[in-house]
Amino acid sequence: MELLIFYAFCVGAVVSALLMVTTKRPVRAAMSLVATMSFLAGLYALLNAHLIAVLQLIVYAGAIMVLFLFVIMLLNIEEKEGKLAKNVFFIQLAGTVVVGILMVAMVVVMNKIGAPVAGAAVDETFGTTKAVGWMLFTKYLLPFEIASVLLLAAIVGAVILAKRRIDNSKA
Amino acid sequence: MSTLTVLYECQGILPVLILSVTGVVILLLDAFSPLGRKGQLGAVAVTGTVCALGTLAMTPSGAEFFSGMVVWDRFSVFLSAVLMAGALLVFLVSFDSLRRSGMECGEYYALVLFATAGMILMVQAAHFIMLFLGLEIFSIAIYILVGMPRHEKRANEAALKYVLLGGFASGFLLYGLTFIYGATGSLSMSIMAAHLGKAEKVFNSYLLFGSALVVAGFAFKLALVPFHLWTPDVYEGAPTPITAYMAVGVKAAVLGALVRTFWVALPTVHPHWSAFFWALAAVTMTVGNLMALAQDSVKRMLAFSSIAHAGYLLVAVVADSKEGLTALLVYLLAYTVMNVGAFGVMVAVQNRQESGERLEDFRGLAGRSPFLAVLMALFLFSLAGIPPTAGFVGKFMVFSAAVQSGYTWLVILAVINSVIAAYYYLRVVIVVYRPAEGASAEGPADGASRLSAGERGALVGAGALTAIVGIWPHVFWDLARQAVHVLF
Repeated sequence: MELLIFYAFCVGAVVSALLMVTTKRPVRAAMSLVATMSFLAGLYALLNAHLIAVLQLIVYAGAIMVLFLFVIMLLNIEEKEGKLAKNVFFIQLAGTVVVGILMVAMVVVMNKIGAPVAGAAVDETFGTTKAVGWMLFTKYLLPFEIASVLLLAAIVGAVILAKRRIDNSKA
Repeated sequence: MSTLTVLYECQGILPVLILSVTGVVILLLDAFSPLGRKGQLGAVAVTGTVCALGTLAMTPSGAEFFSGMVVWDRFSVFLSAVLMAGALLVFLVSFDSLRRSGMECGEYYALVLFATAGMILMVQAAHFIMLFLGLEIFSIAIYILVGMPRHEKRANEAALKYVLLGGFASGFLLYGLTFIYGATGSLSMSIMAAHLGKAEKVFNSYLLFGSALVVAGFAFKLALVPFHLWTPDVYEGAPTPITAYMAVGVKAAVLGALVRTFWVALPTVHPHWSAFFWALAAVTMTVGNLMALAQDSVKRMLAFSSIAHAGYLLVAVVADSKEGLTALLVYLLAYTVMNVGAFGVMVAVQNRQESGERLEDFRGLAGRSPFLAVLMALFLFSLAGIPPTAGFVGKFMVFSAAVQSGYTWLVILAVINSVIAAYYYLRVVIVVYRPAEGASAEGPADGASRLSAGERGALVGAGALTAIVGIWPHVFWDLARQAVHVLF
């Protein structure tokens, strides 16, 4: 049963990812990305990583995708489609080559390794919200707190780049 | 963790704490300080950085803090000192430049402080989560600083280019780390090393793939040659003080992290990479120098020269010995002071003329301001590696360490490169001392000699350090040697 759900999510993720890169309409691409994210969230849930699954839904499928859609709406991209048409063949070729190399590398590596070295058993609470919360406030306290500096820098940056004018002195 | 334990653990990140808190204080003060008097905020930033530098005087315990997240040892202290000295010089150089370009605001100082805190976290990381967080903190802060002159097309282009490519580089690094995690089962550097120590098959494909991606990520941030395409445009488009900060701070932080990654976390892996590092070093210095030869803009020339210097720095990594890493640290110190110095003179020139980036703008500088001309010559001599300057000492130590490890051909290549480099550095010196055309029309000393206290302090400080490292290198050699000792 679990295997069946796993395969269903896998196929769903791959198909919607393919749809995302092949469709010509930006909104459709964005919605396909939402679907991909949701299927991935399902995979996380199957791995017993409840918190990651929920975060994936809230942050990626939710907040970030809303942002994407807003940008698409504001830019009104649809009319500009086909602007790259001149070199599109070379772009496709280059993309295929790069992805192909990456894929070969991945397959070779994956085949060689077999089972991961650290295949130690994890207990049942692993990946649950409670366990993650416990880790965040004990072992990973410093990264958790330092992330606030990162966020603060990003917020300050967003404000300063969007502010109407910086030059206070010449006002 | 009780309050007392947390307070105890905080001694391991004291400089980071001071810098971040100063940044937050500046942001708060910014709201209350009147327009046109934002210079006070710069003074607060300088005070905070000096305080943070002062804490380095305490002997480090070498212990790990916050359950093995960061380590406070002599290696961290040495690089933190270099990073904060660089930040301090950049602050001093920035004051007038910011006022002139109308960008004076608290956010500028706060972001530089946050970036410095991130860099220090990166060099003292004992866990790859901290390393990555440090990297992201300074990267994000610098993306923004590059794009701060919003009405300049060049700065917009630079910021966008940097943020897009930098995002990719962070992605590569992170992806590589997940593979290394898969191979060793931990992201803690000491646990990783212990695991590799007892694994019979040391170099499996997981590790190979992972460390290749990590090297690519680092190489991008260091602007090593196949990954350097963003560098000239970003360095040229950014405000000059920020270019100086990027050129020195990022290199010191990322090289520190690279050394920790490959000597502390993956000690059995890095010998396999020496041939690759060899090639990277050779290509980086050659391409950097050849491209610098062709530049008309001094700012762009210094951008390519910083690529070339990344190549020399990598020679020290290739040497793979205690001497090599010691030389790396001394060279980083020398590189920081002479590079910030050279960019600082450029900022001072920019503040007094319409532009100070093209070679032509430096013509006759000696007539307008002998002080600036002497210092520019000192910094350029040092960058070229002419004794008795810091640059010579750094290069000499790096090259002799590489010869001791048997990399004679690489050193021969590096010496040839230094000779090429001397040409384009000395070209600037000659232009500086050539009389300007129509000098009488401009007037000989139209305020050029009246440097502000900040500029004077930064340039004299950088110049003094360049000379001191050049004349008494053994002091710094001993400090660096103690710093490197913890890695072996």
